[in-house]
Amino acid sequence: MKKKVMVGMSGGVDSSVAAALLLEQGYEVVGVTMQIWQDDKKDEAGSCCSLSAVDDARRVANKLGIPYYVLNFKEIFDQKVIEYFTNEYLRGKTPNPCIACNRYIKFDEFLKKAREMGMDYVATGHYATVVQEGGRYLLKRSASLAKDQTYPLYNLNQDQLAHTLFPLAPYEKSAVREMAKNLGLGVASKPDSQDICFVVHHDYSAFIEERTGIKVEPGNFIDQTGKIMGRHKGLYHYTIGQRKGLGIATGKPVFVSKIDVERNEVVLGEESDILSTSLIAGDLNFIAVDELREPVQASVKIRYGSREATALIEPLGEDQVKVNFQEPQRAVTAGQSVVFYQGDVVLGGGIIQ
Amino acid sequence: MQQVYLDNAATTALKPAVLQAMLPYLQELYGNASSVYQLAQTSKRAIEAARESMASLLHADSKEIYFTASGTEADNWALKGLAIANQDKGKHIITSSIEHHAILHSAHYLESQGFEVTYLPVDEFGLVRSSDLQASMRADTILVSLMWANNEVGTIQPIAELAKITKDHGAIFHTDSVQAIGNLDVDLSIVPVDALSLSAHKFHGPKGVGALFLRSGVKIDSFLHGGSQERDLRAGTENVAGIVGMAKALELALADLPEKTKSTQALRDQLIKEAMALDPRIKLNGHPLKRLPGNVNLSFPGFAGDVLLMSLDMQGIAASSGSACSALSVEPSHVLLAMGLSRELAKSTLRFSLSEDNSQADIDHLLTVLRRLLGKDQS
Repeated sequence: MKKKVMVGMSGGVDSSVAAALLLEQGYEVVGVTMQIWQDDKKDEAGSCCSLSAVDDARRVANKLGIPYYVLNFKEIFDQKVIEYFTNEYLRGKTPNPCIACNRYIKFDEFLKKAREMGMDYVATGHYATVVQEGGRYLLKRSASLAKDQTYPLYNLNQDQLAHTLFPLAPYEKSAVREMAKNLGLGVASKPDSQDICFVVHHDYSAFIEERTGIKVEPGNFIDQTGKIMGRHKGLYHYTIGQRKGLGIATGKPVFVSKIDVERNEVVLGEESDILSTSLIAGDLNFIAVDELREPVQASVKIRYGSREATALIEPLGEDQVKVNFQEPQRAVTAGQSVVFYQGDVVLGGGIIQ
Repeated sequence: MQQVYLDNAATTALKPAVLQAMLPYLQELYGNASSVYQLAQTSKRAIEAARESMASLLHADSKEIYFTASGTEADNWALKGLAIANQDKGKHIITSSIEHHAILHSAHYLESQGFEVTYLPVDEFGLVRSSDLQASMRADTILVSLMWANNEVGTIQPIAELAKITKDHGAIFHTDSVQAIGNLDVDLSIVPVDALSLSAHKFHGPKGVGALFLRSGVKIDSFLHGGSQERDLRAGTENVAGIVGMAKALELALADLPEKTKSTQALRDQLIKEAMALDPRIKLNGHPLKRLPGNVNLSFPGFAGDVLLMSLDMQGIAASSGSACSALSVEPSHVLLAMGLSRELAKSTLRFSLSEDNSQADIDHLLTVLRRLLGKDQS
């Protein structure tokens, strides 16, 4: 009998082609859009849960001739992703909500629903590879190094990996767009999604104000000695390492080196003030091994877009590691995730503390 | 795969005889009823014959029947048109918390326009208490709108009693009867309602046509402005084929109604009984007796309604998890929440709505599939 797979369809090129590839590979495919967020006032094309995104996904499913449904994940998304996102910001951290979404929604709740419906697998349009080697499921980089999306997937566990398909693993984005075009999918030239789906125009401050009712207050920029350098627009406009948009002229480059929630202050410094030789990470997940018992060398990524750095990862006891960089790294940011690679294999990762 | 349609509260299949009645008006008899020549007069005659037929089936006067493009339009027109035309007497309106969104959202709109709306609660069976209505009536109450039968749980309200309370206070009584007409015997010469909405596609008629009954002497404002159709109250070229089809469908729905009701009810009761026997936790929502003949609304604790719904669909069975009207995915039903169900239980709920089209084989197939989905398959 054909294996059944439920593919998460966002209406974008990647998930549309993923569904088409699975069909071609002989799976019985059911398309589902996870409705995680809907703000009628801001229903813009391109945001992942807009009515137009659902229309696109439905059109693709019709074109492919597969059953299609919209599933409601709004409550759990609100609780596991948005609540976490705002709480972290309120604590002066810079969270990555897409990682929380992958962890709690796309590969957990979605997989649960798929299983209840008797599906064998879930699939998404992520660029990542799952292989089975030596009795373990490994997460490896996609063939397209430019598009590789293993970074936000480091929380996947063995059970999830065993039931997840990433059909785009061997392809470059250009090839995926070409396939979409050849299949006559109307979404072939749709732009890649950007930024956080539930925050419009990058305005985290406005979002947090609206969501929590807590007024975002301006405060002081101070230097390393505590001297006032100017006024900031509210803490949530800034992130560690930020240089642009500060509105401070001192004659030399200044960077955000610390965000102080207690005092509502943004601390500025020189480049040397934002360099770190190590970091502590918690809330860990390991994929290639059960747990880390001894220090290992790995190549680490401290945020989505960052270049990898060589480091020694040292277990520190219960659910914590110390990451010692070979070269000091810029803008290590609490709340972001650090992901450890050995070659193409994702060893694991955690949240920077 | 066997296809089983159990979503007759969402819409019904068009009867072949209805289609036959409509066809001439979609083909050769295309005249605009407002024009002068013979072709137009044929259309006009067809519309008026339909009006008379429907009026007589509902025991009303033909002057009291106004054609609309849907049940939703009839509801919107009734609520807004009656409120605006009678606002000199007051700006208070009463409705219930379990109304269809055509009523609820119209009420919200009226609130934004300076009207005050009271939303009556319901009991655990979905019944409005007449004492609540009595207590909510005020000197400035101009309009009460309460649905005859609920689309989700099938509960039938004591409309005559509720209408009488309203009339005794001198207010206007409207009822959304979209689910009732065609399923229940409605005699407007007895029940003192002032206005009533209905929709053809709920009783095997075509989509895109409905009607508002408006008792003689009740003041209403126009909703669609333009030509002088429908006695200058509802502009727009008449949907002749739709109107003819609606009248034919109502005639057929009410013919042998007691017999059809009996057989649909028998299937309904069998489904309720056997489904509930699958698992002692399964709960029936709505009233055990004051219930539409085709409505089955069951909660399956521990199961996700959306998963059951999709799994049934993949087995060829069409059901619903409440009303079909939310924009994207399934939301917990406001009706079930108003009846006191938890959000969790509301999300575990399915509605099966039967009509005369359903057979014993349909119910047997559904029960077989349900047994498997609920993990009760011993074979």
